[in-house]
Amino acid sequence: MVGLSLMRPLKVKIWRGGQQGAFVAYEVPRLASQSVLDVVTYVQRSLDPSLSYRFSCRVGMCGSCAMSVNGVARWTCRTHVAKVTDEARDDVLELAPLSNLPIIKDLTTDMSEFFDKWAKAKGQFTGTLTRDDEFSNVKPDSPERKKVDAAIECIGCGVCYASCDTVSWRPDYLGPAALNRAWSLVNDVRDAAQNDRLKSVAGDSGCHACHTHTTCSERCPKGIEPTAGISGLKRLAARAAIRGELD
Amino acid sequence: MKASTQAKLWYAQRISAMLLALCVLVHLVTILYAMRGGLSAAEILARTRGNFSFAIFYFVFVLSVVVHAPIGLARIAEEWMQWRGRSLHIALLLVTLLLTVLGLRAVWGVYVG
Ligand code: SF4
Ligand code: SF4
Ligand code: FES
Repeated sequence: MVGLSLMRPLKVKIWRGGQQGAFVAYEVPRLASQSVLDVVTYVQRSLDPSLSYRFSCRVGMCGSCAMSVNGVARWTCRTHVAKVTDEARDDVLELAPLSNLPIIKDLTTDMSEFFDKWAKAKGQFTGTLTRDDEFSNVKPDSPERKKVDAAIECIGCGVCYASCDTVSWRPDYLGPAALNRAWSLVNDVRDAAQNDRLKSVAGDSGCHACHTHTTCSERCPKGIEPTAGISGLKRLAARAAIRGELD
Repeated sequence: MKASTQAKLWYAQRISAMLLALCVLVHLVTILYAMRGGLSAAEILARTRGNFSFAIFYFVFVLSVVVHAPIGLARIAEEWMQWRGRSLHIALLLVTLLLTVLGLRAVWGVYVG
C-alpha cells in the first residue's frame, strides 16, 4: 500500500510570470523524503526548463531558496513535502515567490531592497583595532556575547521579512532581519558606532514600527527571534532619546 | 517625524499603556461593585462629589487616554490608510484636544457637578 500511495503524483501549482502572472499546474512524481526544492528542480529539469528559481547549498546554509509554500514563507531545501501536504487528502503544493519583495520572474524575487535595509540599519561592523593590536577578548559566557549568539546565525533568507505584516503596511520599515542584524552589533562590545546605529534603527521606519506580533520569530528557520532583539532596540533607543543622544 | 521624537512617543505610549491597564481595571471593578450594590445615579454622584482621590484617579485616567489614543491612531492612519504628514498631525491634535476637553469635563461633572 505504501508503495502504491507513493505512486500517486503530487499536484503542484507554481507562480509563473512577473508581478503580473498566474499559477500553472504540474504533476510531479512523489519520492520518499522529497523536499519542496526537489519538486521545483524536477519541474525545471523535466517539465519546463524556463522556470526560474534560486538555490545554492541545498542544506540550509545559504538562504537563497526561500519561497512561499502554501502561503507560508519557508526554506524549501529543508522543508519536506510530507510536512506541508497530506498525501491522503491529495493536497496541492502551491509555490509562490516570497511576499513583500518585487517579483523578477516566477519564483525569483528582487532582494536588493531587503539587503539595502541591512545597510540602512547600519549592519556593518565598525571596529577600532588594527592588525598590529592584540585580539579583543570577548568572554563566551558574557551577557552581551550570549545575546549576539542568539541573533548571529541568520542566513539572510528573507523568510521573516516576507512574513512581516508591518513590512506590507509600511514599505519603508527596515524589517526583522535588518533589525536583528543591528541588534547583534549593538551587543558587540568591540563596535564603535553604537549611537549612529541607534539613530538609524529608531523611529517609525525602524524598530518602533514593530507590532511585536512575533510572526518573524515563529517562521525563522534558524530559530532566531528578531522580535526579542527589536524589543531590545526599542528600549535602548527610547533611553537614548530621553537622554538626548539621538538628536 | 524625527527618530528621537518617535522613540519618545513610543516611550510615552508604553508608560500610558501601563497606567491605562491599571486604570481600566480599577474603573471596571468600581462599576461592578457599584452596580451590584444597586446604587442609583444620584447615590453614586453623592459619593463622587467632593471626593478628591476619586477626581485625581480619573484625572490620571483621562491623561493617559489623551497620551495613548492619538499615538495609536497615528499608527492606524499611517499603516492602514497611508495617511501621513502635516494633515495627520493637525487632525490628531484636534483629537487630542477633544479627548482632553471631554475627559476633563466628565471628571469635573462627577467631582463638582
Ligand atoms: S514582530 Fe515585528 S518584525 Fe516580527 S513580524 Fe511582527 S512586526 Fe514584523
Ligand atoms: S532572521 Fe531568520 S528568517 Fe530572517 S533572514 Fe535571518 S535566518 Fe532568515
Ligand atoms: S538552498 Fe541554501 S538554504 Fe536552501
